Amino acid sequence: MNRMLAIIEREMRKFFRSPTLMIMSLMMPILQLVIMGNAFGGKIVGTRVAVVDYDHGPQAVKIREAFDSIAVNVKTFTTVEYRDENQAREDVRTGKIDGAVIIPEQYSRRVYAHDAPRVGFVVDNSDQFTSGSLESEMQLVVNALSAPAIQPRLATSIALKVVELYPYVNYMKFLLPATIALAMYISVMIGGGMLYIDDKARGVHEGYLVTPITKFELVFGLNTAGAIKATLSGICLTVIGSLMAGLGVIFHPMVLLELLALILVTSIAFNGMMFLLMVRVDDPLVPRAMFGVLNTLLFYPSGAMYPIAAFPAWLRAISVVDPFTYCIHGFKAILLKDGGFAAIQFDLLFLFVFGIGTLLIATPLFKRTL
Amino acid sequence: MTAVANNLDQNAKPPTAAIAVEHIVKRYGDFEAVKDVNFSVAEGEIFGLLGPNGAGKSTLIRMMTTLIPITGGKAIIAGHDVDKDPDAVRRMIGVIPQALTSDPDLTVEENLNIYAKLYSVPRAQREKSVNEVLEAVDLSKWRGAQVKTLSGGMRRRVEIARGLVHNPRIFFLDEPTTGLDPVSRIAVWEMLDKLRATRNLTMLLTTHYMEEADKLCDRIAIVDHGTLVALGTPQQLKQNVPGANVVEVHFERETPEWQGRLEKLDGVTSVQAESAGFYRILTSSGSKTTMQLVELASQLGETVTSLSVQNTTLDDVFVHYTGRQLRDEQVKPAAFTMPPRPGAQP
Repeated sequence: MNRMLAIIEREMRKFFRSPTLMIMSLMMPILQLVIMGNAFGGKIVGTRVAVVDYDHGPQAVKIREAFDSIAVNVKTFTTVEYRDENQAREDVRTGKIDGAVIIPEQYSRRVYAHDAPRVGFVVDNSDQFTSGSLESEMQLVVNALSAPAIQPRLATSIALKVVELYPYVNYMKFLLPATIALAMYISVMIGGGMLYIDDKARGVHEGYLVTPITKFELVFGLNTAGAIKATLSGICLTVIGSLMAGLGVIFHPMVLLELLALILVTSIAFNGMMFLLMVRVDDPLVPRAMFGVLNTLLFYPSGAMYPIAAFPAWLRAISVVDPFTYCIHGFKAILLKDGGFAAIQFDLLFLFVFGIGTLLIATPLFKRTL
Repeated sequence: MTAVANNLDQNAKPPTAAIAVEHIVKRYGDFEAVKDVNFSVAEGEIFGLLGPNGAGKSTLIRMMTTLIPITGGKAIIAGHDVDKDPDAVRRMIGVIPQALTSDPDLTVEENLNIYAKLYSVPRAQREKSVNEVLEAVDLSKWRGAQVKTLSGGMRRRVEIARGLVHNPRIFFLDEPTTGLDPVSRIAVWEMLDKLRATRNLTMLLTTHYMEEADKLCDRIAIVDHGTLVALGTPQQLKQNVPGANVVEVHFERETPEWQGRLEKLDGVTSVQAESAGFYRILTSSGSKTTMQLVELASQLGETVTSLSVQNTTLDDVFVHYTGRQLRDEQVKPAAFTMPPRPGAQP
């Protein structure tokens, strides 16, 4: 036991003596949170939409008034006058404008005659975010224009009443669980992967191997130290990230306890996985080369950025065994939904079993000799 | 195995053998890195494994220190079989591997304390033990310095202190002075000599420095291609080489006849052509051979550009047994100042 503590002591002294590891493991996730949180969270504004009006009737004027209202209020787009539909199409194609509304001849007459009036909308669908946003705004305009001037006393159509369980979740808040997981992954990758292999290559481990330390003491000493480092990274990022994203929920004692439990089991799971991957590696270049591959393989299938429900079957299969999935689900449940232990109990169980399981597989693979 | 080795060692273990290696073999696939090696080391002895890079000496020391599994034969260290009871062996030995194993980010004292804990040195003794080894390696005033701030020689002393912190009976050092400047190297030699005297340590060291082996070791085993080719005290090994002196001569003009002419001189046992016009002559009488050589050159109208006479060294022993010269050794001091060897690699 004392020998295991000596390994932990050495690792922790080293960790605190070179704060670069701590800073670097936090820097990238924080930058990601700030940049992606602000870049992806905002609404589309300031796009340019051409209006080609072949009608010039009263109903066409109503459309243009609605567009002017959007340009002044939500500012999704401003309008540009075009005379030629073909020119408008060409300019959408070449990116000079983002969309073109075509108001055909006889549009106003068809509205009054209830003769299937149509308005054309040409959009650059290679950019789904912009085109989706413009389409959504256009649909709102069309719905408003289609609504009868005098509402019937008794509604005949079915209406959907949406009840939002939680306050508005902006993108930075949505991204925070993934960012915490990423910080812990980077800490484990640097502390448990790169430094571990560097120590091996430099001969530090050779020094351990000539002492009477047992394989169990060495493996568990190294992994406990790795888990402590990842836990510290996780705690730091949870606090810093929550403050940045404006999540005051972390000041609730019960939530803190849930977060601590989740961070702890995530550290064990990530560290066990990393140790299993690195247990027979000797080349210091390998963990560096694996860094990006693992990041892509584990982070994106976890539902961090996109819902798992939208994945094809093979990608869903990865997400089922991916510890990131449970870690991010757990953080979302605590930070965004305040779901309590009941919401994260399966995540805690999976991560704990995953961590211990990978360690149990890695221990016999660990060579007590060179 | 040479006659010398057979006479001096082999299966006759000293009565109190600290290390006994019997028919030890190490194979990596089809490659045999160590081939049926036998030797033993008495308690309190400093034993050197001498050989060029890749000779198998580090593999030997790694097998003895439990770092790599033994393929065949056995090694008994302090009465414990390395294969059967490696933990008991680890408790009895201190090991200084080739690599620097101390953590550069930690201080000297922190490194020693951690290793004291790894060796289960009781808390009550730990501080005393660390102080003693720091004193022994003359690093007491550097105890609070981070290892990465120390010079190469000091870092090597930290390694030695680390290996001694649990007061081992047997000390293994794998090329302890490789990469050190001459002054640091001499300091390490003096320290090891002092440690042997004060701690009654048995030491086994590997080196490719002839001078180091000659100065430190009571006995030396020469290893080449995984085989023990000679074993004995430095004096015995030198005596076993034909010729008491080595004459090195360089003629201004190279002619193919020189080899034969030199071999006919009195007392000459072998002539080795090293490069164009440069010859290394083993002779039983350095002065006589030198005089004859100078006379011969004068008669033939040839110019001798350099000439030196030396006693037989371990270098000659090594060349005698392995047929090749060590590449990593420093230039030996010669009787006469030698110009650079023509055609020799820097």
